[in-house]
Amino acid sequence: MSATSSTILNLPDQRTATLPKRHYLNNEDGLLSWLFTGDHKRIAILYLISITIFFFIGGAFAGLIRLELLTPQPDLVASDTYNKLFSMHGIIMVFLFLVPSVPATLGNFLMPIMLGTKDLAFPKINLLSWYLYWVGGLFIMAALVLGGVDTGWTFTTPLSTHYLNTHVVTAALGIFIAGFSSIFTGLNFIVTIHRMRAPGMTWFRMPLFVWSHYAASILMVLGTPVLAITLVLVALERTIGIGVFDPTKGGDPLLFQHLFWFYSHPAVYIMILPGMGVISEVVSTFARKRVFGYTAVAFSSVAIALFGFFVWAHHMFIMGVSNYSALVFSLLTMLVAVPSAIKIFNWAFTLQKGSITFETPMLYAFGFMGLFTIGGMTGVFLGALGMDIHLTETYFIVAHFHFVMVGGMLMAFLSGVHFWWPKMTGRMYPESLSKLAAVTTFIGFNLTFLPQFVLGYLGMPRRYHAYPPEFQVLNVLSTAGATVLGVGYVLPLLYLAWSLKYGPIAGNNPWQATGLEWQIQSPPLTENFIEIPVMDHEAYDYEWLAKKMEQEVTTVG
Amino acid sequence: MEEHVHEYLPQHRHHFETEEQQREAGTFGMWLFLLTEIMFFGGMFFAYLLYRNWYYDAFVVGSNQLSIPLGGTNTAILITSGFFMALAVWAAEVRKKGLLLLFLVLTTVFGFVFLGIKYDEYHEKWELHHIPGAHFDVSQFVNPEAYGLKEKPLAPDMAQKVQIYFSLYFAMTGMHALHMIIGVGILFWLMWRAQRGDFTSGYVAPIENFALYWHFVDIVWLFLYPLLYLIDRHPL
Repeated sequence: MSATSSTILNLPDQRTATLPKRHYLNNEDGLLSWLFTGDHKRIAILYLISITIFFFIGGAFAGLIRLELLTPQPDLVASDTYNKLFSMHGIIMVFLFLVPSVPATLGNFLMPIMLGTKDLAFPKINLLSWYLYWVGGLFIMAALVLGGVDTGWTFTTPLSTHYLNTHVVTAALGIFIAGFSSIFTGLNFIVTIHRMRAPGMTWFRMPLFVWSHYAASILMVLGTPVLAITLVLVALERTIGIGVFDPTKGGDPLLFQHLFWFYSHPAVYIMILPGMGVISEVVSTFARKRVFGYTAVAFSSVAIALFGFFVWAHHMFIMGVSNYSALVFSLLTMLVAVPSAIKIFNWAFTLQKGSITFETPMLYAFGFMGLFTIGGMTGVFLGALGMDIHLTETYFIVAHFHFVMVGGMLMAFLSGVHFWWPKMTGRMYPESLSKLAAVTTFIGFNLTFLPQFVLGYLGMPRRYHAYPPEFQVLNVLSTAGATVLGVGYVLPLLYLAWSLKYGPIAGNNPWQATGLEWQIQSPPLTENFIEIPVMDHEAYDYEWLAKKMEQEVTTVG
Repeated sequence: MEEHVHEYLPQHRHHFETEEQQREAGTFGMWLFLLTEIMFFGGMFFAYLLYRNWYYDAFVVGSNQLSIPLGGTNTAILITSGFFMALAVWAAEVRKKGLLLLFLVLTTVFGFVFLGIKYDEYHEKWELHHIPGAHFDVSQFVNPEAYGLKEKPLAPDMAQKVQIYFSLYFAMTGMHALHMIIGVGILFWLMWRAQRGDFTSGYVAPIENFALYWHFVDIVWLFLYPLLYLIDRHPL
């Protein structure tokens, strides 16, 4: 392998290569062997299929929203239908896609392999969490079929408990149940990381992917129960009329906001941290260097998790919190930008003088870094008290959190899926097509959401289905971008499905990466390792890898 | 490393290297789960402390409507059931099947007594129109003498806030009771497995972990009882 070549893709000879005879996908046959599996890799695949379904349902709602906003007049859907559209879009995307996306799919698949163990600590609980995910998902779908919810994804009281007569309880119950799925995933990860590491796998030899999941799991375990009890109280208020949030009984709607955002702001980090873990792996692999400042990147994950719990009240700057607390929360909010910036700078230093190659996962990773940086920096605008009052509840906010969660998280998710696809399936996808998809997504994304920053700055409020005609040009641009973005999302669906049968055989380590997962066969055996490995080198040690490959050549040759 | 022949228990799961690792992972997982439970109840405790500060007078009057003897009896009963659960762990560890079953049954019985008394308290609240919502009787607290209550009369808007007290009372004790009901359900399952001899062959993890859960439920009550029943009664 030469470091200057434009590609490091190292596929075996396609004329002779075959998939291994036995692997986790064909170890047992039949639908039931999947539905009752305890194998973390199969559960990851089940999750991958499930979240893809919900992603495209949520995406369809986004498409309808953009279509309605093509013209200033409210001509496609009525206002209450529009409210239901954006509510369901938010609920599905946040709770059924973004929160489980990387942890439940890639995390589930890779965590035990990266730690050098045969499975997660609690395989049955892992499977249970997938079922809970579906029960929660079906409740949310039921709320949709029965007539929808129009509270927005935030269920703000007293709107949700008092004034709106839609299926709040059903949807809240769905989120409550899906929340347990998230709690169990986090719990499983933490126990596995603490108790199941292979010999020699010290804390500071763990891949950064594991560190970021560790931090995200802490947030899942501590934050989600607070959301759960909050939704229980909302449901009790609607059904039997207790008055904790109801101002007519002396309850306080602001208390709802505190409890809700105590989860829902950290939830942003539940969504983004695992994505950052993906980027660390991808950047290191395609720059052929150890991640610069490994320890700083590892600790910054934990720092983001901890700071994440102290910033929630910035969602309430305009809702009547005291000036003093607004000031404190404004400062704390800006503080979160520090560990995030540490990561971005360290990735940049990793790239510096690295032998960079531009494979598909790397293209997505570059997309992540660019878009997340914009998303993060506009977050600092919003953390600043005065700016927030001008920009809040406008399209500036919409653009900001889509930059973070779609531009950031979804790019990271796609990067990870493309990166580990050969490991998960044993096959490669068509390279030029996948690069095209990455570029299309990036262009489509920017075209969709950059105009929204301007719209928000000019004062177009969010959650309205009609707007003054002077905003139309920017809205048309945004809708056009959404169309391109849609193409960018459908493309991978098609070629990845194609690759399952016709893709070239990938071999064990197509990217020549150092992680433990690349040292085993693709697709892996059900038990991952026949013999538990001993970790005798640091993470991302490319010299170790070069030596190992040399040895293999000599023993084979 | 020392090689030794090791007879694995049937409950040993393949992905754990040793039984010790399996047991540690289980216990650690249970503690983490209890941490999520603390956060779950924490939301309500937070609300309670906040409203108690705001509507102090209403909360005093609300507290006075609860029965200390019933609450106190229940506290004693719950602690006793926790004691039997601790004995059950001991019985499993010394591999005495009969004793294990006996202590599990006693734990369950005391759990049921607790729930029975709780039901009685709820029923009384229903009859006195203390359930928040449409049937809540605010006038009792505006004009307590007419109802034979020895309370300070509250202004109408403060009397409304007594509903918040009862909202939280029902939410917190109800959630606690729900945890008890789930616990009793698990107890029946444990009894069924205990009589098969599952836990008296050296494999005690489920008993230990359930005991942690049951003690946690006890401890939540040990916070609920003083907060809801005891503090600031009759400051007249």
